[in-house]
Amino acid sequence: MSEQTIEIPRRESSILRAFKSLALLRESAVGMVGLAIILFWVLVAIFADLLAPFPPNATIMPLVMPGTEAPDGGMFLLGTDHIGRDILSRIMHGARQVLIYGPLATVCAYSVGIPMGLAAGYVGGLTDEILSFMANVILSFPVLVLYVIIIATIGASAVNIVIAVTFASAPGIMRIVRGLVLDLRSREYVFAAQTRGEPPWRIMAVEILPNARGPLIVDACLRLGYVIITIGVLGFLGLGLPPPDPDWGGMINETRQMAMAFPHMALFPCLAISSLVLGFNLLADGLREVSLRD
Amino acid sequence: MMIFVLRRCGTMVLTMLVVSLLLFLLLEISPGNVATKVLGPYSSEEQRNLWLEAHGYFDPIYERYFRWLGNFVIGDFGNSIRFKVPVGEVLWPRLANTGILALATLGVVVPVSLILGVLAGMREGSTLDRTISVSSIVTTSVPEFASAVLLSAVFVFLLDLLPGTSGMSEGFDLKQLILPVMVLAVYDFGYVTRMTRASMAEVMLTHYIRTAMLKGLPYKTVIMRHALRNALITPFTVIMLQINWLLSGVIVVEYYFAYKGFGALLLEASLNSDIFVIEACAMVAVFVAVATQTIADVGYTYLNPRIRFS
Repeated sequence: MSEQTIEIPRRESSILRAFKSLALLRESAVGMVGLAIILFWVLVAIFADLLAPFPPNATIMPLVMPGTEAPDGGMFLLGTDHIGRDILSRIMHGARQVLIYGPLATVCAYSVGIPMGLAAGYVGGLTDEILSFMANVILSFPVLVLYVIIIATIGASAVNIVIAVTFASAPGIMRIVRGLVLDLRSREYVFAAQTRGEPPWRIMAVEILPNARGPLIVDACLRLGYVIITIGVLGFLGLGLPPPDPDWGGMINETRQMAMAFPHMALFPCLAISSLVLGFNLLADGLREVSLRD
Repeated sequence: MMIFVLRRCGTMVLTMLVVSLLLFLLLEISPGNVATKVLGPYSSEEQRNLWLEAHGYFDPIYERYFRWLGNFVIGDFGNSIRFKVPVGEVLWPRLANTGILALATLGVVVPVSLILGVLAGMREGSTLDRTISVSSIVTTSVPEFASAVLLSAVFVFLLDLLPGTSGMSEGFDLKQLILPVMVLAVYDFGYVTRMTRASMAEVMLTHYIRTAMLKGLPYKTVIMRHALRNALITPFTVIMLQINWLLSGVIVVEYYFAYKGFGALLLEASLNSDIFVIEACAMVAVFVAVATQTIADVGYTYLNPRIRFS
């Protein structure tokens, strides 16, 4: 028996691999544009305190058109609203709200939806029947109707918005995860793990979930865009984050009646939210394009 | 097929029961609010309790639920707290208005998105395809409330072509319908277009299309006779499911344009904890969701010969 050493290539660290797959995105122009838009808003949100020319809630000079000089120096680049708050500053601080609560709500929805989907897909049987029926009940309801009823009943606050988004999105996520699991659970590596005697939760978390991440990441991007729209819609319907803190949807709602004389007051928040959602949609499209290629 | 439809009806009834029970429980969390909302913030504690008592709010919840359910089954939806008339009286006209809005929107969305989707998917990767694909992402990214502001800024304030509200206070007016339909259509067409494009692009790669091309058939014949039939199966399903989405969009658009429809009614009822209106609207929503889903599934089987004959 001859001694033979086999060179096992060292596995790259997971951080390095994540970076490599992110670099693949460079091949998609659409995805890069999306990423750039998102990064722009993230930077604006982080440095809102430094970038914003005025405090977001300070009432300085009402009903001023874009480009007017402020009384004590500085300029209202995007004008002011009906009670004299600088619109540019409010949009910048509003970015913070959106980029905190949007991802937070999405993460919450995924942390509820993924375990449910794994259980429904892997365990199957009665568990699957019950979970799928619950998901169908919630999904048979127009999403926005669900949000409106929940928020109108339990009240408008940041926490409640996160709860409502989680409640309404988790079933959709569950369905996607369930579908992916049904496909993955008959793979050899799952059988191997079962033969090794691994407990079911470990198989679900270590063997199945990482292999389902591709479609889930794309879905998360799209969903994040949609959650941002939802937060905007709730604000627009007067059910959003409580005033006076700036919230894009709320800004549009407060000023749209004056759009005839002062169109800029509602127009700029509209552009802000649309561009951010566009960023996430483009990124999702780019990621999908790249993931289909290999 | 009959069994399938019957099973779906069974699921629908079960879903309605669960949804209505959940709503009852949800609204139970804040019963005191109802009286405050009806009697105003300056009503006394005693007045509120009297009102709650008179409207049966102190009965146990299961008793109230079953009373509502019994009445609902025989067609009595209860009285609206907000409008102070039987629910049916407000619900049906509102539903008809929303039906008009939804039909008009679909009338725009379906042809436009099918044509654009087919054009884009026909030659994947062409300039036309890129233009259509990117513009459909852009329009889907603009939320309905934002496009409502943008479109009314242009058509109402800048060009002064269209009315800015659609209250229809002096009877039906087609002009007032244009902007709401435009807003809904701009948001919705992108998704259907993208789905049609994907389906068309997939069909174009199949062997029978290649065979038809190599046989020397004119390009137009290949598209019209061979590709379209199979490429339009998926969009049919997508469009049916889109109707459910439309019901969400309708809330925003009706609120913005003060259109007296189902969405605005539901919003108003939710804000006022008007339980019987909410319940009736919810039942309508569930019905629409399950019905469109069933039609989509039945239609899919019917349109796809591979499933039909197996």
